[in-house]
Amino acid sequence: MSKPQNAPGDVRSKGLVDYLNDENVRAVLYQIIAIGLIVLAGWYLVSNTLYNLEQQNISTGYGFLDLEASFEISETMIDYSAQSSYATALMVGLLNTVKVSLLGIILCTIIGTIFGVARLSSNWIVRKLATVYVETFRNIPVLLQLFFWYALIPGAFPHPRDALEPIPGVLLTSRGMYMPVPEPDNAYTLMAIAAVIACVAIYFIKKWAKKRQDATGQPFPMFLAGLGIFVGLVLLAYLAGGAPTDMSMPALKGFNIQGGYNISPEFMAVLIGLTVYTSTYVAEVVRSGIQAVPNGQWEAADSLGIRRSVALRKVILPQSMRVAIPPLTNQYLNLTKNSSLAVAVGYPDLVSVSNTTMNQTGQAIEAISIFMSIYLGLSLLTSLFMNWFNKKMALVER
Amino acid sequence: MSENAKLPPLPTGTFATRAITWSKKNLFDGWFNTILTLGSIAFLMWLIPPIVEWAIVNATLSPTIEGCAEATGACWGFVNANLRLILFGTYPFDEQWRPLLAMILLMGIICGSLGAVKYPSFRKAIIPMWVIGVPIIAILMWGGVFGLTYVQNSYWGGLPLTLILSSIGVIFAFPFGLLLALGRQSHMPAIKTVSVVYIEVIRGVPLITVLFMASVMFPLFLPDGVTIDKLLRAQIGIILFTAAYLAEVFRGGLQAVPRGQFEAGDSLALSYWQSMRLIILPQALRLVIPPTVNSFISMFKDTTLVVIIGLFDFLGTVKLALRSDPAWTKYYVEGYAFAAAIFFLICFSMAKYSAYLEKELRKGERR
Repeated sequence: MSKPQNAPGDVRSKGLVDYLNDENVRAVLYQIIAIGLIVLAGWYLVSNTLYNLEQQNISTGYGFLDLEASFEISETMIDYSAQSSYATALMVGLLNTVKVSLLGIILCTIIGTIFGVARLSSNWIVRKLATVYVETFRNIPVLLQLFFWYALIPGAFPHPRDALEPIPGVLLTSRGMYMPVPEPDNAYTLMAIAAVIACVAIYFIKKWAKKRQDATGQPFPMFLAGLGIFVGLVLLAYLAGGAPTDMSMPALKGFNIQGGYNISPEFMAVLIGLTVYTSTYVAEVVRSGIQAVPNGQWEAADSLGIRRSVALRKVILPQSMRVAIPPLTNQYLNLTKNSSLAVAVGYPDLVSVSNTTMNQTGQAIEAISIFMSIYLGLSLLTSLFMNWFNKKMALVER
Repeated sequence: MSENAKLPPLPTGTFATRAITWSKKNLFDGWFNTILTLGSIAFLMWLIPPIVEWAIVNATLSPTIEGCAEATGACWGFVNANLRLILFGTYPFDEQWRPLLAMILLMGIICGSLGAVKYPSFRKAIIPMWVIGVPIIAILMWGGVFGLTYVQNSYWGGLPLTLILSSIGVIFAFPFGLLLALGRQSHMPAIKTVSVVYIEVIRGVPLITVLFMASVMFPLFLPDGVTIDKLLRAQIGIILFTAAYLAEVFRGGLQAVPRGQFEAGDSLALSYWQSMRLIILPQALRLVIPPTVNSFISMFKDTTLVVIIGLFDFLGTVKLALRSDPAWTKYYVEGYAFAAAIFFLICFSMAKYSAYLEKELRKGERR
């Protein structure tokens, strides 16, 4: 937009009206008015809030975080008891949110990709089945799906007394699923270290292989070599650690099942609900990503004599990824945000723990500000990571 | 090459031979597809018969707990017996024709608006429809005038409440979202910053946190002695939330309008608001009609979250009915299936219509 300028010969001095008609002056004025209104409204709300808090004898500040929480949490990934502080309780909630979101993201990507590809299948019945799945589950509110799964699991499985055992060692009961896990042993720490070393080694070998292929054109069987190195090193660490075989098996003791690893019905309901709902959106993203790659790319790969499977991996997928990544990011963020619905079925996620904290301490503003900023942070982190990934995948043009 | 040469050959032969050709091409094309087809058929054979048996063959409509206990299939009697509780919540029983009428009117306005956006000449009717319709719905629901008894809005519930929360949410978020989108495009740094921060913060947090904020923090914001009830607070929360999402939808539309159109407005010496109203927005808003319908669909689904802050929307009343008698509690599959079917019908048809609109509105661009 051009600014109105006085002609050079204009000798008339500028009056107030001229200033008010100057676009730049107006812009500054508008902004001052807007900011002023926002500050005024903010000041009004804050003063009301402070007055109300004073009336209700609620002290402000984050001091309550150090107090004893004195409530139990059913699922914790870190040490927690009722004597722990509110800060620890919130940390437990955050970790639970991260756990269910991460697993959900991985699962919905796998399931969504399968259904997205299936919707493009040349097989009529597979195509229709995938369409029915996607259309059904994306048009039912996710909260309704959570309620349904949460009601179904305790209803459909028997009391721990007569637990189902579909695979030896795995128990299905109304209190969730129990799985055998290895007893803690030093060998597992050793295996984890070996896995990290293997990853680093694979990274360097991959670099070397690419260099060699660029220089000599000789390909290197990276997948097999990588798999070999990884499995070999981890196995070696396992044997070096004394090959422990002790497992913690779930078994009925008294009225409940002891031992093993318990996956609670709440966790299962949240995970299944979020995964199924989000996978329908991922399926659509995958489908449009694949459709965005022109058929000519397949034909070009064919005419270069590239095998179909290599063409898919090296020609088609990198291009469809480029289209799919931004909407995929959105779906991952949606899943993370939807994990807050866990509060409705009693899975102790961040919002659920904050809600209990809020009810106990009355520190509504502090609790809400904590979980809002954590979600903002998670969203920001995810989009930063995906932006980085997107840049890495982006078409490099001259 | 003539046009006709590109067309596939017309199907010939009897129905049976054509069916065989079709299935060879679409079902048994190669060993992999044959396995997939057989696997899918086996899956359907495993899945469908028990569901049909449960939902239709062995089901009962008998609206009594005894009748349901006898049936081996679905107890649709649960829905049958609690239909009015599920549909209207705790609204006074004798007055339930009012929410019914309000709901029909609201659905009519929604369908009318969706139908009208397709035809440029009818688009003008949308705003008057809402301006006239919303007060009538408010009078029907609240009452207190024209001899209707006053009904506190804490008694509202069910499907009318879901429809009201989501449609009023989108309608009021519309102007707010538009302002935010314009603010984000603005050249004034302060206004741009405020808009961007608002949009990104709201889009970065889950709806449930906004609803918690509305239900817990709003009362603290208000001066002494002023209170707004829970429903209104949730409605404000929904409006604030939807506005941020609509703002991004509108931004997409504004960015799709070519720069030349903005410059054309400037060269005609139109003021900012004139060129927005007469040149830019008519083009931008036409582009965003389908994504706006999609926003409405997701808002409609997300409205169920008000259950968590203790309102009885359509999902809430289903839960209420399940809890109304311990004997009904075990029929949750039937209850949730009924709610899911209603949600599915509404969302699916709107989504299909939105996809159709997208195609229709693009017709002018195709040559």
